[in-house]
Order: sequence, then structure tokens, then C-alpha cells
Amino acid sequence: MRQSVLTRIIIFGIATLAALIYLVPTFVSALPAWWTSILPAEKIHLGLDLQGGSHLVLEVKVDKAIEHHVERLRGDLINKFREKSITGVSVDRVDGAQIVVKVPQVNSEQLRGVIKGEFGNLIEAKTPQTSGSSTEFFLTLSREELRNLRETIVDQSLETIRNRIDQFGVSEPIIQRQGQQNILVQLPGIQDPQRAKDIIGKTALLEFKLVDDGANVEEAAKSGAPPGRQVLYGQVGKAGTGGSVERVPYVLESRTLMTGEYIQDARVRPGQQLQGPSVELILNNQGARLFEQITAANVKRRLAIILDNSVYSAPVIQERIGGGRASITGSFDIKEARDLSIVLRAGALPAPVEIAEERTVGPSLGQDSINQGVLSFIVGGALVVIFMIAYYKGAGLVAVVALLFNVLYMIALLAGFQAVLTLPGIAGVVLTVGMAVDANVLIHERIREEIRAGRAVRSAVDAGYQNALPAILDSNITTFLSGVILFQFGTGPVKGFAVTLCIGIVTTVITAVYLTRIYYDYRIGARRLERISI
Amino acid sequence: MELIRSGTKIPFTTYRKQAVILSTLVNLIVLAFLLIKGPSMGVDFAGGTMVQLKFQQKTAISDIRQALESVQLGSSVIQDFGQEGSNEFLVRVEKVGMEIAALSDQIKKALSDKFGAEKFEIRRVEFVGPKIGEDLRWRATISVIASTIMMGVYIWIRFASAFGARFGLHFGIGAVIALVHDVLVTVGALMLANYEFDLTVVAALLTIVGFSVNDTVVICDRIRENLRKIKRDTLENIINTSINETLSRTILTTGTALLVLLALYILGGAVIRPFAFSLLVGFISGVYSTIFIASPVILLWGDRLRR
Repeated sequence: MRQSVLTRIIIFGIATLAALIYLVPTFVSALPAWWTSILPAEKIHLGLDLQGGSHLVLEVKVDKAIEHHVERLRGDLINKFREKSITGVSVDRVDGAQIVVKVPQVNSEQLRGVIKGEFGNLIEAKTPQTSGSSTEFFLTLSREELRNLRETIVDQSLETIRNRIDQFGVSEPIIQRQGQQNILVQLPGIQDPQRAKDIIGKTALLEFKLVDDGANVEEAAKSGAPPGRQVLYGQVGKAGTGGSVERVPYVLESRTLMTGEYIQDARVRPGQQLQGPSVELILNNQGARLFEQITAANVKRRLAIILDNSVYSAPVIQERIGGGRASITGSFDIKEARDLSIVLRAGALPAPVEIAEERTVGPSLGQDSINQGVLSFIVGGALVVIFMIAYYKGAGLVAVVALLFNVLYMIALLAGFQAVLTLPGIAGVVLTVGMAVDANVLIHERIREEIRAGRAVRSAVDAGYQNALPAILDSNITTFLSGVILFQFGTGPVKGFAVTLCIGIVTTVITAVYLTRIYYDYRIGARRLERISI
Repeated sequence: MELIRSGTKIPFTTYRKQAVILSTLVNLIVLAFLLIKGPSMGVDFAGGTMVQLKFQQKTAISDIRQALESVQLGSSVIQDFGQEGSNEFLVRVEKVGMEIAALSDQIKKALSDKFGAEKFEIRRVEFVGPKIGEDLRWRATISVIASTIMMGVYIWIRFASAFGARFGLHFGIGAVIALVHDVLVTVGALMLANYEFDLTVVAALLTIVGFSVNDTVVICDRIRENLRKIKRDTLENIINTSINETLSRTILTTGTALLVLLALYILGGAVIRPFAFSLLVGFISGVYSTIFIASPVILLWGDRLRR
């Protein structure tokens, strides 16, 4: 038996009430407190293309970080061999992440023992080759180790980026992994995308190295640094002020004495007189001890403070520095100092990141898009309403009422699911209005046919709905399938279209088929319906 | 009101030869253009940077170009965008280099120097790296192909129960051929109208695939019904009857969709225009292909359809 008309009216009444409740937060700006405590308070989320903001995909250069890791392993190997007094060994890194160890053949068994015993994460990439009196071992990271390393690097990068964005202050950012080595960052409503990109993208590897005061700087800059030394550059003169910026070379000892990993806090100190602002570093206990040792051992020498391979300053160590405080000065203004303190506080990225995709929309374009979307929705909807009523008269009106409920449910579901409404998403709503009446057209055409075939109104309506249903379901299922594929394939705005398309299909079937049916059942039940306006 | 009088009998299938020749010709031309010239790809697929600018005053493209020359971006593609008089421009840079992500900043600086920072506004920046562009291109192609095949499989399964697996397959193949036709016609129209291919256009193509198959389903459904009801007639006549009986539905449904699409196309703004355009073309093509392409394919297998 058919559910009674009353039951169905009650069900739709409840659904409509729920839909309205979900829509209130979006259209009422100041909600009373009792409302937010028991009822949904979330507005419809607007995509970045509508509210403005930046969508960034960052690629973590994992291979670079792995090379660094292997480089450190190489250093460990050399130290270990020295410790075990295996002589005549050369250790080189080749092809990014492989290590070749060349050793006199007489020592090869001993060396192999050391590697097996102490470096469990290294495996032999291929069998050792012996030529003449020496043997070459080819070492590489095990597959599992490599995989773990990659995962860790990407996860750490994500955490660091999250920290930086938190400190930068963006409301409701989205930061998540995407695929193997990408990180998706969405910053809604951001005003200065370039600054955000600078802060997110900075590796912020802080290093302390000693300056080799005995070296000939000019010669080293021209023809390369001597072994164990490296040449890095610093800047003199402030960038962006129009003054000339000069690059100054420094010859440094390659060994890193300390890195930024011990930083507990970083604060901006405003500039005084001739000096610009500085960033004060506060080290944790371990770092403070280390810094004290370093400064004690190198009094009167210059300690270079290097960020991302650029020398910020190289002050002379006057005395042993306890208490774990150091400060970075350099040619930056207060804004740059603030950004620098953010990245230092949040820590260094374990690997460089590169922007692989950026989509930034300014707030004015977003508002324009909303206006244009709403306008085409109103105009398109009005055209469909006029057409349906002109063509199907009474039945057209029923379909139009169903269409109104359709749109109501659709937007309520968007709010309820916390789906993101984008510009293509609005287009999806508009398109749904145009396609939804298909179900009613199918039903009406069937009913007309049945009436033409001489059936009474009641059985014509029954047969109309019954015969049209398979076609309605078919056509909606196929579009739904396309929507699902689109959701899988699409990014951002296009996903928004897929979501509204799919939600629209569900609400269409519910309203165009079941809601309109209530009306006809009611009319037919109330009195013997002799004629139907269709 | 009635658009199509009941009892209308247009002998659609008699035009099938002409239709097939015409459609094959059109599709081949589109394919040839696709292979020789290739579609013009937007930033999504080609990679590169696109910046949308809005000036407060009337500004000549040549002035913008001049400003960009100071940062070696003078060879960028600069074009009008949006409505006339809105002073909006698209700057498209395909330069590939290390600092590509900072390009928008360079453009901003160069234009500020020439026009003053408050005289213009950067409304949109899209940068897609070559790797992601390639990835998106690949995924777009796969998803259009996958959904087309999926529609064929759906129809196959849907009608297999009525006609047996083999004939269900014929319906499925008919639908797939019609869909390929619609996608190609849309792609051709996009190339003719000089629209770039981007993600939203592909979204439109997928929607066309999902929507255009509806007509095919409805007509096939009617053919199945009539095959049971009308015992003594040729398959060709039954197909014709079925097309005619569903004709007003086909036209009405597509008609209302076209109404809202026209609104979107005219009022929805320049960002959504290629999307609306694709759907307009695709939906119209969908009606044609169902009537003139899908049905003749079914006819090919002759009266064996009747059990």
C-alpha cells in the first residue's frame, strides 16, 4: 500500500524544516547564543575562487634531503673507519644517494664487518669490484629505510609549514599532504600572497660556521675554496631601498658547528640608531650548552651566522657566551625581521620546497563571481519557471514548486555536508535547475500520452509516474556517475562543481518524483479528479 | 501547449546515411585538427603563469607590454578579458625558469613602476608547474575516456536483461559512438571559437558525457517497450516511432538546460564562459547524435533484436 498522503507531507515538512535550519547561519549574520549552542551554526563554505585567497601546492624536494642525509652518513663512515684505524679508505657520494667506498683489498673484510655491524641501514647495491689491489664497495640505503626517510621528510615539512602558517595568522587554513611528496596549502582571504609564499617556502636552515680569517678571500671567490673551506656570500646594503646591494664573499670552514634545531624562541628587537632591527634567538638548554662550548673554544674568532647559504652576519666572538642567547643582525627591515623570526621559531624545513601550483584570487574578483553566479541563477531559473508554466500550466506550476524545494534542499545539503561552494559549483546549481525539470517533463509527457490513450486521470497519473521512473533513474544515474569521475579527477573549483552536480541529482529525484506525487495523490484522493491541467 | 504534435512521424532513420557521412566528416576534421594543431591549452594543462589584471582606466595592451618589457616579459601573450570597458586583461607567460613562482611579483612591480600601484589590481594569479600540468592533462584525458566507456558499460548492463548480453552490448556501443561524437564536436567548437582548454572545460566535457547519454537511454528504453508492444513492424519503423514519441521530451529537456546555460554564458562572467559554451554545444550535439547516430547504430544489427 501507498504511504498515506499525510505521512509523506509530515516527512517532507520535517526535511524542509531541517533544511531551513541549516540555511539560517548562512543568511543570518548575528545568531543568538541559544541557536549556536544547539543548532548548526556553520555557514556555507565558499571556495577560494569566491572568497579570495591562495591555493598552493608545494613540492617537497625529498631527493635533496636524502642527498644531505647520505652526505652525513658519508661523514659518519669516514669517522668510524678512522676510529677503527682502517687506513687507505676513500669514501665518495655518487649519483645522489649512493656511496662508493674504495679500500685496499687487505682491509676489505674488516671494513665490511664495520659496515655490517655499525651501519645496518646501508646495504650493498651490487657486488664489490676488485681491481688491482683495491676493492670498491657500493653502498646505498635500503628500500625500507628510503621509504621511511621520504615519509618522515614530507611529514616534517608539513608540520613545519603548519607551524609557520599558524604563526603567520591565517584563519582556517588547510594544510594537507597530497600524493607522494606534495603538500597542499589553502589560505583563504589572504592579502599578501607573495609574503605568505616567502614565509612558507623558505628552507630556513640556520647554521653557525667559523670564518677562516687566514684565507685569501679574493682568490677563493675567484678560483674556488681550498679543501675543508667554502665560499658563501652575504649582502651589504638594504634591498628594496634603491641603494646598491653588494655581495660580499666569506671564506668559511665547511664544518657546521651548530644549526637552528636548538632554537626555542626567536624575537624581533627593534633597531637602534644606525643599526637596523635584529632577531634575538633564545636557545634551549642543550643548545645553550653547545653555544657556550663553541664560543669558549673560539674567542676572538669570527662566527658566521648563515641562513639558507647566505651569510647574515659574522661577528667576532668577544668572550664565552652563556645563557643561550644569540642575535642575528643584517640588512633587513622590521617586516623582514618579523618574517625571519617566524621561520626560525617554526624551525627549518628538512628539505627545500618548491611551488608546483599556485592559484590566487583577489577578493574583488571573488565578489564579482558571486554576483554574476547569483544573477545567472536568477535569470536562468526565471526562464525555466516561465517556460514550465507556459507549457504545462497547472502541472508546470507543481514542477516549479518542486524545483524551489529542490534548490532549498540542495543548498541546505551543501551547508550540512560542509561542502565547498565554488564558481563552477554555482554553475552546477544553475545547471541543476535546468536539468531537474527533465524528470517532470518525462512524467508529464507520459501522463499526456496515457490521457491521449483514453485513460482516466487517476490511472494516467499512476501509469505516468510508474513508466517514467526507469528513465528518470537511468538519466540521473549516468549523470551521477560522471559527477563521481569528475570528483576523482578534479581539483578545487571543479570538485565543487562535481559536488553540487551529485547533490543536485539526489535532490532532483526526491523532489521531482516524490514531492510532486504527494500533490497529485492528495488531489486525486480529495475528490474524483476529472481533469488535470497538463 | 504542445511543441511536437502527438502522432508526428518524422522518418529520422531515412536520413541516417547523410547524417553518418556528415558526422564522420566533421569528426575526422576535428581529429585532424587535434592531431596537427592541437588544442590551445590553458595554464592548467600547458603549465606557466597567468595573471588577470584590472585597470582603473582605459589602458592599451601596448602600454602593458611596454611595462613588461622591463622585466623581459614583453613577449607574453596579453589579451582583453571580460566585458568591454571593464579594462581587464589576461597576461600569459610561458617562460620556464627557476624563479617562475615569483613571476607574478615581477609583473606587479613592473606595472607599479609604470602605472602606479593603485591604478591597477591583480585579480587572479594561476601558476601551474610543468609536472602538475602534465599530470592534469593525463588525468583529464583518462577521465573523459573512462566516463565515456562507463556510460557504454552502464547501458550494456541496463539493456542486457531485456535483449541479452550481445544486444545490450550493441546499445552500449551505439551510446559510446554518440558520446565520442558529442565530445569531438564540442572540442571542435572550442577550437573554432578560440577557447583554451582548462579544467572547467574538461568538467563540461564530462558533464556532456553524463547528460547526453540520457537521451540515448530514454530512446532505447522506448525502443525496448515498443518492440514488445508492436509485434508486426520493421525495426526501422519501431525506432522511428520511438524517436518521435520521445521527441518532445528530448527537445524540452535539452531546451530548459539550454535556457539556464544561455543565462550562464551571457551573465556568468568571463571565467565561466568557456564552460557554459562547451555545455551549450555539447547538449545540442547530444540531441542530434542520439537521433541520428545512436539509433542507426542499433539499426545496423537488424531485426535480430526481436526475440
